[in-house]
Amino acid sequence: MSNEHSMRRVTAIRNGTVIDHIPSGQAMRVLEMLGIGGETSVPVSLVMNVPSKKMGSKDIIKVEDRELTQGELDRLALVAPDAHVAIIRAYSVAEKLTINLGEEVVNVVRCTFSNCITTNLREPQAHRLRVIERDPLELRCHYCGRPQDLGELSNNVL
Amino acid sequence: MEVSIVAGLITMDDLTNEQILEILSDAERLLPVARGELYLPLLKGRILGNLFFEPSTRTRMSFETAMKRLGGDVVNLGDVKTSSVVKGETLFDTIQMVDGYTDIIAMRHPRQGAAQYAQDAARVPILNGGDGAGHHPTQTMLDLFTIQQAHGRLDGLKVVLAGDLRYGRTVHSLSHALVRFGCDLIFASPDLLRMPEEIVSDLRAHGANVHETEDLYGSMAEADVVYMTRIQKERFADEDEYARCAGAYKLHVRHLEDVKQDMIVMHPLPRVDEIDPTVDKTRHARYFEQAFNGVVARMALLCRLLGVTVPADVSAEGGAL
Repeated sequence: MSNEHSMRRVTAIRNGTVIDHIPSGQAMRVLEMLGIGGETSVPVSLVMNVPSKKMGSKDIIKVEDRELTQGELDRLALVAPDAHVAIIRAYSVAEKLTINLGEEVVNVVRCTFSNCITTNLREPQAHRLRVIERDPLELRCHYCGRPQDLGELSNNVL
Repeated sequence: MEVSIVAGLITMDDLTNEQILEILSDAERLLPVARGELYLPLLKGRILGNLFFEPSTRTRMSFETAMKRLGGDVVNLGDVKTSSVVKGETLFDTIQMVDGYTDIIAMRHPRQGAAQYAQDAARVPILNGGDGAGHHPTQTMLDLFTIQQAHGRLDGLKVVLAGDLRYGRTVHSLSHALVRFGCDLIFASPDLLRMPEEIVSDLRAHGANVHETEDLYGSMAEADVVYMTRIQKERFADEDEYARCAGAYKLHVRHLEDVKQDMIVMHPLPRVDEIDPTVDKTRHARYFEQAFNGVVARMALLCRLLGVTVPADVSAEGGAL
């Protein structure tokens, strides 16, 4: 099944953001990380486990009337660093955004270790997680050195 | 001789193996000063800020003794309950203040990562005296000094670390350092208190030969060092569980019959009942010397972090008290 066919499973959107090439089964985590949930008033379409030439299978999310910000892209990098993000305006791709997972993730999420010094949110220095491995993703806190619980990260978005 | 710069000591990764050996050599030469046999005010005019946000006896006192033996001065945070911390001051603000008052800071904090956080906020060097269950590198330096004193080397030794390996920060820092010198490690602990998985995998990733067991006594025959630790009651929610683990190891003189002649028993102290007093008088017991070595190791570290060279011939430079 072609990529084009996968995209047509949901209607083309007029304005908004398409997040393609999300690892299969990760779409819900992407939504969590972006804070897109039941309270979101804009329409959100989601397809999961559709065939993909490049990835075998993948998830796709379309968010209408909302363009992802740089901060949201940084969060997306933690769950789907190789996803493709396109901003749609008047049914056309107006912009392709690049997700950049650098060597360090600064002020995006806070450390998941409950006894880390950064759990005191009044402490003013930056929250810093070092990228140890990209695939599979392994993050460690710059301060306490503890490996991060990736399943918990979406609860620690700053 | 110019000494290589060490900006702060948060984990043992802040020191190269060469720097570790140089600092241990400095410590060796400073022994007469630590014993009070010689006066050598290498740090005269310098001020150490002692910031202990949780209780400490040996670490705090040995830092203070080390600074004073070298002619320096010490200011203390004092009791946390009466300091500005209780008013809600952040660690960042406390460090900004003390940074202006002192030339170097020694700190202990209950939160993991606090020392690195302080170093990022400070102009002066930070010496990590323990951060939560994280690192305790100055303890590691005195442990390495004690091992080198006994065996004349650090490389290729067989070291048994026993007791609370899960929460004991001393064994976390020490394991990393020993592996860098090619030591074989045996971790002996009750199942509940095993060395954290991420540390074991880190050590193995560095090529370490690590073996885990619950059988301490059966692991000692080939050991060069047996490093005992206290099982910390305060870490357990369940009293019964604590009682089961606490009784796991009680090293007695009868366990030492088949060990190597030059094997040493170490302990960061305080001990509860994991080493029976019958061991104290044996040739193997080194824990009280180890505690004394805290002064001399910290003297050498203070000099290094303040960029002060320890003279090659200390007795020629020092004077009578």
